[in-house]
Amino acid sequence: MRPFAYERVPDPAAAQRAVPVGSSSAAAPVPTMVLAGGTTLLDLMKLDVLRPERLLDIRPLESRLGAIRLDGQGLRLGALARMAQVADDVEVRREFPVLAESLALAASAQLRNMATLGGNVLQRTRCSYYRDVSYAACNKRNPGSGCAALDGYNRLHAVLGTSEHCIASYPGDFAQALMALDAVVEIEGPQGGRSMPFAELHRAPGDRPDIETTLRPGELITAFQVPAGPWAKRSRYVKVRDRQSYAFAAASAAVALDLDGDRVRGVRIALGGVATRPWRATDAEAALAGQRLDEASAMRAAEVAFRDARTHGENDDKPELGRRTLVRALLEAQRMEIA
Amino acid sequence: MTPPPLGRRGLFGAGAAMAALPDAIAAQPAPQEHPAMTHTLRINGRAHPVALDPRVTLLDALREHLALTGAKKGCDQGQCGACTVLLDGRRVLACLTLAAAAEGHEITTIEGLAGPDGALHPMQQAFLDHDAYQCGYCTPGQIMSAIGCVQEGHAESPEDIREYMSGNLCRCAAYPNIVAAIEAAKPQMQKA
Ligand SMILES: Cc1cc2nc3c(=O)[nH]c(=O)nc-3n(C[C@H](O)[C@H](O)[C@H](O)COP(=O)(O)OP(=O)(O)OC[C@H]3O[C@@H](n4cnc5c(N)ncnc54)[C@H](O)[C@@H]3O)c2cc1C
Ligand code: SF4
Ligand code: FES
Ligand code: FES
Repeated sequence: MRPFAYERVPDPAAAQRAVPVGSSSAAAPVPTMVLAGGTTLLDLMKLDVLRPERLLDIRPLESRLGAIRLDGQGLRLGALARMAQVADDVEVRREFPVLAESLALAASAQLRNMATLGGNVLQRTRCSYYRDVSYAACNKRNPGSGCAALDGYNRLHAVLGTSEHCIASYPGDFAQALMALDAVVEIEGPQGGRSMPFAELHRAPGDRPDIETTLRPGELITAFQVPAGPWAKRSRYVKVRDRQSYAFAAASAAVALDLDGDRVRGVRIALGGVATRPWRATDAEAALAGQRLDEASAMRAAEVAFRDARTHGENDDKPELGRRTLVRALLEAQRMEIA
Repeated sequence: MTPPPLGRRGLFGAGAAMAALPDAIAAQPAPQEHPAMTHTLRINGRAHPVALDPRVTLLDALREHLALTGAKKGCDQGQCGACTVLLDGRRVLACLTLAAAAEGHEITTIEGLAGPDGALHPMQQAFLDHDAYQCGYCTPGQIMSAIGCVQEGHAESPEDIREYMSGNLCRCAAYPNIVAAIEAAKPQMQKA
């Protein structure tokens, strides 16, 4: 690991003053990065992919930014709440099951005890060329250098939202759940506080795969707001992977359903493991609205969701895997017994 | 199309990658070494003052600086669970925890489980009784993780144990006996 200075943040104001870069530029040796659970950051620092010269440990802010609060409006999750804390929360599991499921199915028990929600949504791709600095060609790590995955090992790479510059998949699970529930992300920065739809936090790679989010320099994620709604309770996360536990998604689907008998009053769908960023499948939602939900209509919606999929050889199976994952998630959500 | 061969990460490749970095990055001044920081780590109920480079992980602090070699280094990347310790009673990975960040927290390692009279923790005893290891390399991590698993309430069934112990890999595949040991230790832990 390269040398860095370590500091603990005494209070949030100090964090904003001192954080010149949130998380946008992955490869450039940014002077300072914030350290939460460290399970992405330290890993990538050991691999020499991320090169901060100063780490600001924000965990001392946990007392202010680590709470889970539920009221009539919905749920507010502090950015420093740990994954395990939210996955095990009885109210979250009952009122917003897709959130708890997406967290419980992610990583391992130890990692979930360490990792925070804010760090989780900002985790980096698992593309092996990104993680291995002995490959020169990686536009995300080394802008303008090319993309080794296009003609390389790309079995786990994305089929939606790709560009000719990067096809890395967004690896996380929780982001899809937040997206399906129309969550809002709260941010504090040098210019004060702001909030935006969670769906606007991540960027597709386009011609700048190194810029992964819309966070501005110095901005800190402080919380996620998840509105209450008739769909929240009937929500489900289905994750398909190479082994039964402790693996990233080959394909996943977060769905939230509002049913009127067997008709779909409203549905929200977000897809994971298949796209370059957390992916909302709005066209598939529209295809299901007002329809009777059964295997045939679910499959038609899944066809729509993957209509624009582009594969790269080793991941030719992804669209079919993704479609079946989505169909399963929809039918499982339909069968949920809601108290 | 033939995929480019997957190279060895780290040492072997670093030179080539550096050469390929854009000028703006290459022109950065050489990183500064930072002086050692003095910390007091509370481990197994005792305070240990240590002076460490900020880069030192909790795992390296335990193994290389404090002669507590029970926690093992399997992958050093958060993937195998061999380095599992308890931090304020919660199981965490020592290889992805900075020693500096562990200051102010209560750390428990495998060395801290036995009683003052040498009596083994019920989980240690159960691993012996159920032959829950072969080479033993993963065992300290398995035992620390298993204690966390029971305390979190995630050892309710063999399926539950398998799921919530999936962060601890065992190259010898002692898994069935590990599950049996945890099932046996759970009531003993609740009694104790
Ligand atoms: C072996 C392994 C398996 C895994 N499997 C899965 C899986 O199956 N599913 C899954 O979803 N994840 C998985 N993960 C990823 C893991 O969930 C993330 O590493 C973790 O959630 C990151 O959170 P953290 O608090 O540790 O973040 P850190 O590593 O501390 O930070 C990550 C990034 O976010 C920035 N950051 C952190 N907090 C904030 C904030 N509040 N505001 C602004 N910037 C911030 C940091 O500067 C850094 O750039 C796995 C990780 C490992 C090592
Ligand atoms: S897919 Fe993206 S992250 Fe992977 S090598 Fe190509 S540019 Fe880099
Ligand atoms: S050594 Fe820490 S998880 Fe493998
Ligand atoms: S006993 Fe050998 S690795 Fe588990």
